[in-house]
Formats: sequence, C-alpha cells, structure tokens
Amino acid sequence: MTTLTRQSLLTEPAAPLPVLANGQLIGLLREAGLTGHGGAGFPTWRKLTAVAAGSRAVVIGNGAEGEPASAKDKTLLTRAPHLVLDGLQLAATAVDASDCYLYLPAALVNHVRHAIATRRDHRPVTVVTAPDTFVAGEESAVIAGIGGARPLPTDKRKLVVEAGLRGRPTLVQNVETLAHMAMIARHGPAWFRRHGTEAEPGTFLATVGGAVAAPGVHEVPYGIQLTDLLDLAGGPATRLSAVLVGGYHGTWLPRTDVPMSRTGLAPYGATPGAGVVHALPASYCGLMETARITGYLANQSARQCGPCRFGLPAMADSLHRLAAGERNRDLPRQVVALTGLVTNRGACHHPDGTVRLVRSALTVFADEIGRHLAGRCSTMEER
Amino acid sequence: MRLHIDWTACDGRGACVELMPEVLDQDPWGYPIPKDGTRQPTVPPETMPYARKAVAYCPRLALRLLPPAA
Repeated sequence: MTTLTRQSLLTEPAAPLPVLANGQLIGLLREAGLTGHGGAGFPTWRKLTAVAAGSRAVVIGNGAEGEPASAKDKTLLTRAPHLVLDGLQLAATAVDASDCYLYLPAALVNHVRHAIATRRDHRPVTVVTAPDTFVAGEESAVIAGIGGARPLPTDKRKLVVEAGLRGRPTLVQNVETLAHMAMIARHGPAWFRRHGTEAEPGTFLATVGGAVAAPGVHEVPYGIQLTDLLDLAGGPATRLSAVLVGGYHGTWLPRTDVPMSRTGLAPYGATPGAGVVHALPASYCGLMETARITGYLANQSARQCGPCRFGLPAMADSLHRLAAGERNRDLPRQVVALTGLVTNRGACHHPDGTVRLVRSALTVFADEIGRHLAGRCSTMEER
Repeated sequence: MRLHIDWTACDGRGACVELMPEVLDQDPWGYPIPKDGTRQPTVPPETMPYARKAVAYCPRLALRLLPPAA
C-alpha cells in the first residue's frame, strides 16, 4: 500500500474548518491516536490536555527545520500553509491560548504572512523568524528565541507545558502535527486511522534523499516498507550500502525490508523520527559519511554544555582519522568511550542524538572499520 | 533527593566532584559525571550534607536538589 486514497497533507483543504464544541478537539485527537511529527512522537492529546489545565496559555507552531536532510516542513508550509494555520487556530482554541506564534525559517516568512493576511482568524498569529541552525528547533530553544533571548536550548527543571514562554503554559507543536490536526477536525478519527497501523495510525511526511532517482517529500502511511518508500522517490539510483533513517540524529540501517514504524524499527534501535530517509550509495564510505555528519553536528553544538562542546569534536576527530585510513586500533575504542561520556549530559538531546548515529555506524559499518584498520576501504573494491 | 545539573551553567570547576565522590566522577575536561549514569543522580541520605554544600558553593550556581522522582 503505497498510494493514499484520500486528500493529501500537501494540498490546501477544499472544505471550511468545522466549528468544534468546547473540548472536542482533544477527544478527537485521542481517538485518532495522533502523535507529534517533530521527531519525539509524543501523544498530541496529552500535551494539549496538560497545557489546557493552566491559564493564559501560549501556542507555538514550530517550523524551524534545522535538520539539513529534512525538507518536509518547508514543503508543507510552501504548498499548504492554510492547513498549518487551521491547525494552529484549532490548537489555540482547544487550550484557550492568549498568544499564538509561528516560528519559521526566514525564507518562508513572507509566503506564510501572505497566507495569514487572507484569513480572518479568531486568534491573531505572530510570525517569528527562526535561524537556520540545527538546534534552533529544539523546544526550549524555540521558546528562548520567541522570548527574545538567543535561540539556544536552556536548562530544564520545569515542564514547558506548565512553565514555558515567560513562565506560561506553552504548547510547542511541529507544523506537520498542526496540519494533521486540521485534517482530523475535518474528516474525523476513523478517517485518520484508515492508513497506518493499529498501534501507529495515520500518515507522515517523509523526506527521501541521497542516492535515489527522484529525491523529494512524500506523504506515506506508518508501517510502509522502506523499500516501497525508496521506490516512491524513483528507487535507488545505484547499489546502496546503508540507509540513514531519522536524520542526522538517526540510525544507519543495513537493509531496506523494514517497516517504517516505531515497532518495525525498534529492533534496530531506530524510530521514524521526523521522517528523514537518506540512501547511501555503495560508492560512498559509511565511515567517511558518519565522520562528516558528526563533524557537522559537533560544529552545530551551542557550546553551552561542556560534554557536548568538548566531546562531540573529539568524537568527530577520531571518526575522521579512522575514515581517512589511520591504522590505529585505539580509534574505535576512543569513539566508544566518548559516546558513553556524553550520553545524558546536556541541556538538550544533541549529544544523545549524535551518539545514536555514531553507535549505529559502529554496528552497521563494523566490517568497514576492520577494512580501514587493515589499510583498505570498500569503496576501493567498489570502483 | 536527586541532583540536577544545569549544564549550560556548569564550567567544570570540580567542587561538587570533590564534595561528593560517591555520586560524581570527573570527565577528562573537568565536568561532573553522575556515577549512576542517570540525568539526575540520586543522592544517598549520608551524602546529603555534602550535596547541600556543593549546591551552595558551586561557583556557577549550576546545582539544584530536587525531590525524588514520583
């Protein structure tokens, strides 16, 4: 099942938004089983319930897509901004928010402002520009940025849903999650559950890139086989050695006969995350690619927390040396030690996400590490 | 009680590690490592007086004591 038999998330809605009764949206979202599409996959109805319990709530639509391998939020906001704006109004009404924000990369601000200008929204929306940095989309960084501080992750002692922007209960929701809300309000939970699996209903926007014939964004049901998803993007352009699932904080998979769902990916320690799929051609060295991404992530550290600031560059350095052919058996051991050292030690999950990627590389490219330590590389055999 | 470390404030001065070697180790850069591997390590009752000192004396005010997780 790779084609959807209903209105796509990437087209503007034809029907007007229905008026929901007080408290109705949260029940619909619970029945639908909608979870967040920013990567963490938290049940949306529970987040709304927590925020609705407070007073003078704030709602923030998060469109800061700092992940370089992801294009789904940009694509959604370009093609169907009204769907996102509908979702924002629904969420704001459901939690009785007194302030409503949309956090967007600079390139989309004008486009979305034009869309806002054509609407007569009950709750006015303030658009705030997000920087194009990797960590800018992290929940506490979004709140810091909108609050006028530097858009960097902050220390978390209180829950954002209880004390977020200026200490007020705050709902930060990925823009795709908002679009799904608008769909559920129009078509209902049963319609939503027609796609996906029993445990993971609905669809998600996947960004398929790397060595595929036609890279792009596709709406697909949870549980779709990774092979079928790659085929939607024209199929592998060449022989693949691995696929990166979940983006730069994601996991390398050595195979493609895997369902794209939390359940299906769990044996590999992976999750669909924010729907990023990146195919690695066999002519690329997996170690070199991992070293490159780890170097990028080290560079994107906010440099606030010591273990991330010092540990990530050290990890990238050891990986680079290993990838470049330094025959030092201590290098893989150094990488393993560093992954243990930075885990759970930071204000945000940037170190933990980087560790997820690196650990999967150590497993999936274990043979490649052996080749490099013996002075060879599979890409030489490939040529 | 649990020890909360504000990593954005911590500068790795090491006073907490000296006061609570039962709870914290030090990494190669001088930052504390919770020995139990958790985000907010549990402080045993006999270590509490030292934990309170660490919170008070941290030059970066990066430490807090929080009630046990519910």
